[in-house]
Amino acid sequence: MEKQDLLADYRTMVLIRSFEEHCQQQYTRARIGGFLHLYVGQEAVAVGAIGALKAQDHLVTHYRDHGHALARGLEPKPLMAELFGRSTGTGKGKGGSMHFADKNKNFWGGYAIVGAHLLLAMGIAYSIKYKREVLGEADQDGVVMCFFGDGATNGGEFYEAVSMAALYKLPIVFLCENNEFAMGTPLSVHTSVTEIHKKASPFMPGERVNGNDVEEMRARALHAVNHARTEGPYFLEAMTYRLRGHSAADPQMYRTRDDINARRSGDPIALLKQKLIDQNLLTEKQAKQIDKEVEKEMDAVVQFAEESPAPDLSEAWTEIYSKPL
Amino acid sequence: MPVITYSEALRQALREAMTNDPRVFIIGEDVVHYDSAYGVTKGFLKEFGPERIKDMPIAEAGYAGLGIGAAMNGLRPVVEMMTTNFAILALDMIINHAAKLHYMFGGQFTCPIVFRMPNGYGQLSATHSQAFDNYYAYMPGLKVVVPGTPYDAKGLMKAAIEDPDPVIFIEHTGIYNIKGEVPEESYTVPIGKSNLLHDGKDVTIVGYGRMIPYCQQAVETLASEGIDAALVDLRTIRPLDMEPVLESFRKTNRAVIATEEWTSVGVGSEIAARLYTEGFDHLDAPIWRVGFDEVPMPYAKNLEAHVVPNADSVIQAVKNVLAGKTQKIRQQ
Repeated sequence: MEKQDLLADYRTMVLIRSFEEHCQQQYTRARIGGFLHLYVGQEAVAVGAIGALKAQDHLVTHYRDHGHALARGLEPKPLMAELFGRSTGTGKGKGGSMHFADKNKNFWGGYAIVGAHLLLAMGIAYSIKYKREVLGEADQDGVVMCFFGDGATNGGEFYEAVSMAALYKLPIVFLCENNEFAMGTPLSVHTSVTEIHKKASPFMPGERVNGNDVEEMRARALHAVNHARTEGPYFLEAMTYRLRGHSAADPQMYRTRDDINARRSGDPIALLKQKLIDQNLLTEKQAKQIDKEVEKEMDAVVQFAEESPAPDLSEAWTEIYSKPL
Repeated sequence: MPVITYSEALRQALREAMTNDPRVFIIGEDVVHYDSAYGVTKGFLKEFGPERIKDMPIAEAGYAGLGIGAAMNGLRPVVEMMTTNFAILALDMIINHAAKLHYMFGGQFTCPIVFRMPNGYGQLSATHSQAFDNYYAYMPGLKVVVPGTPYDAKGLMKAAIEDPDPVIFIEHTGIYNIKGEVPEESYTVPIGKSNLLHDGKDVTIVGYGRMIPYCQQAVETLASEGIDAALVDLRTIRPLDMEPVLESFRKTNRAVIATEEWTSVGVGSEIAARLYTEGFDHLDAPIWRVGFDEVPMPYAKNLEAHVVPNADSVIQAVKNVLAGKTQKIRQQ
């Protein structure tokens, strides 16, 4: 495995942050509709963990999916166009914020029924094993990485997924992004076992990692992915904190501004920036330059979305079935 | 032509699909060690080995999700839900996922999966004696087939497994043992095509699934009394093919809809609505619907027999239509 390029990771994290800031702006201007769940504060989890995946590996995620899509290398333009409900979007304007996907990158999409997609991810992992062992496709050595939040670990589907993944020894990494809130309900209020990785411990090895440290995140994700590829399922609980509301329209009655400010010291981008400066890998000037470049790129991204056509009305009636009736 | 049971017809179709395509595999509760709850896949373990047919934990959402994920990644799972009663634990998987995947990701993913599930009753009481045909038929993105004859059971199962989209395949414990002519060779029955089983000029009976054998009995009995009833088997309830129904209705101007479900807000309600909206000019008498009495299924033998439809219910409904009577649906 190549050495982690921390500077490249830094840039991707800044890109995700900037993408989300622009989403917020465009949402305020009513160019983006529906729900908008921003990934601000959690960037190191996606960038660190997804960076541990190879091209043949698979990614399945939850509705807060912008960061995962960008970390997997999806182009920002069709993502923003999807948010604008345009025909050039990843889902041709039919999916919106919660359903980014790119089949060509084995990014099986964001899913919006909390906990349910763990089962689809388990099924994809099952199919990899089936293809290798029953169909004799020797090159099937992919691993599935499945993201979900702490709020997804109380429902039955969570336990069905971890139990069956262990039963069939599937190549899958379950990655819980513990941001301490299930929407607006604090961890200690929504679950009896607040160390989430312990919920999966009867079924598979796992651990809690610092999800705000992209270097630690990458290292432990690599370990998890290698385990999944050779042994079976692995569980990661990435500790992080969402610095924005559950959605862009969240008044955040469940925490104070002081609560949020107290957590800014854990901002993964600030932490990484300081680390890079300390290691003489980055200067303040270069950091500003990156911000500027990303800002410029985002202007083009928003412009692309704005200028893209809305879907033709006939699109409402396409792709209901893959073989038209 | 060989005469075989509905169950054997399903077995032939499944065996053929399993033999021809190694991507096809069967998962479900008690399909292996118990040797299949209703015997449809009896002996498959020996024939195909443990990787092609697998017992699942009693976790309906879990193995439905397993199947959907596998289908998205190019396999052809056939998921046996044991009964429709248990399948509702997997409704989220079917409704929010299988049915929507293709559309909401702009056509990037497909979900070629078959969910097998039998309706049925037999002194099993309230939670084990239900029909949810309408739940699935309500949902764009799903196809729902409900064969009523051994011939269609085989042909529709072949078509369902070959179909690139999710298919809900509803069977019935009460007709696994009915017999009919079924060719040995391979064939498919197209999904989404209704079938005129019997032509007639006095009244059009519309049904599907378990009601078809009852309707066939009713047609014979009515004929002996001088009433010439037509019978249309819907076979598929999404997408719905109304043309054979309307073609017959334009001749008979009267209709009875026979479905084994609670009558209100059922599949039969939709058929009645279509006859009113698309066949209004041809309507000469109030339409009658036959279904379960609208009560949770009771256990006692006499009570159960009292609330489920049969051939006599169809015959009585036909006579009521011919007499121009109006039906009142009782809900309490």
